Amino acid sequence: MVTAEEVRELVAAVPDPEIPVLTIGDLGVLRTVDVGDSGRVEVTITPTYTGCPAMEAIRADIETSLRRHGIDDVSVRTVLAPAWTTDWMSESGRRKLAEFGIAPPAHPARPALGPAPGPAQGPGPGRVPVPVELAVRCPRCGSFDTLVVSRWGSTACKAQYRCTACLEPFDYFRVH
Amino acid sequence: MSAVATYTLRLGDDALVAAQRLAGWISRAPELEEDLALANIALDLLGQARSLLTYAGSFDGRSEDDLAYLRDEREFCNVQFVELPNGDFGMTIARMLFFSAYQYLLYDRLSGSADPTLAAVAARAVKEVAYHRDHAVQWTLRLGDGTDESHVRMQAALEACWPYTAELFESDALTREVAAAGVGVDPGTFSPQWASFVDGILKEATLTVPVLPARVTGGRRGIHTEHMGYLLAEMQYLRRSYPEDTEW
Repeated sequence: MVTAEEVRELVAAVPDPEIPVLTIGDLGVLRTVDVGDSGRVEVTITPTYTGCPAMEAIRADIETSLRRHGIDDVSVRTVLAPAWTTDWMSESGRRKLAEFGIAPPAHPARPALGPAPGPAQGPGPGRVPVPVELAVRCPRCGSFDTLVVSRWGSTACKAQYRCTACLEPFDYFRVH
Repeated sequence: MSAVATYTLRLGDDALVAAQRLAGWISRAPELEEDLALANIALDLLGQARSLLTYAGSFDGRSEDDLAYLRDEREFCNVQFVELPNGDFGMTIARMLFFSAYQYLLYDRLSGSADPTLAAVAARAVKEVAYHRDHAVQWTLRLGDGTDESHVRMQAALEACWPYTAELFESDALTREVAAAGVGVDPGTFSPQWASFVDGILKEATLTVPVLPARVTGGRRGIHTEHMGYLLAEMQYLRRSYPEDTEW
């Protein structure tokens, strides 16, 4: 019988359907892999965004990949809590993104967007609004002289930027 | 239906109808970047709606599709605000400003819900809505403090939306019940924060907070504007025409 660790390795290697240079392990979308006594494999994944349309494809890809390795009894569950943040992206994932031409998220994710401490009283001291952004480095020429073109890009998790040094447009994986 | 299910359905219907409206901008936005932005905001809202409807339906064995596609107008409990036609770009931005400011405060509080599913959906969604609100704020500032024409049209949009915003903050027996149980949020409790946020943005945008005595109500009880039927006809047509194809 396969161990949970072996199965996890197989599942973690499944590529993200929208950014195929990253695996779901790199992205931090893979939560847990459990192997029950009967050999039944239970995988939990979490979306980067609630409406992320890639989740169905990821689920199917996990099942296909495990089946190819002779593991048929698989269930894939989507969980929302705790909410995914860009801090879950691995270092190798960030490197691969930059090499692919997508600026990786600056980290750590802003504490501003975490849950309010104590009883929720709405925005207050220490809760910085979203627009505070560090300069984003151009993945092509390395310049920090870049402009945001739109807060949304080719997918809900990316923004569009333009480098004013090399003039090339690029995607930026937003921090959140 | 239980109180939690009905409460969840209200939030889900708000998100679903708002998503459907925003999606109407796809291929029609003033510029390509804006087209992508509005489409992605709609996608976020649709994602929230799916989670909420799935949960609401789990109480009586209905699927998210059953709830989205097979209910009639009177069974939808969204506020009338979200079903209004898109109007011009200023109107869409005014609605997004008011609605995202409301959703931000709501989800921020709901992330502390005693109901683990609602807490998880809200904690995930508040991070998305923070971006929606920022997008609406940036455009409100630009249009309000822009040209004479953009200022006039933005102000007109605010006035057109304003009577509908009161319904977002209505308390009733249901909101009080779920709030008392620590499961939901009574929206009346955060309307002062909403008003002060909106006031601040409008002032900075050189716009005037509308003073209109009129207010509409009824959405939570299934009473909708004349626009709702058309919206549902477009949204539900395929699913109802091809009932054999099980999943959309």
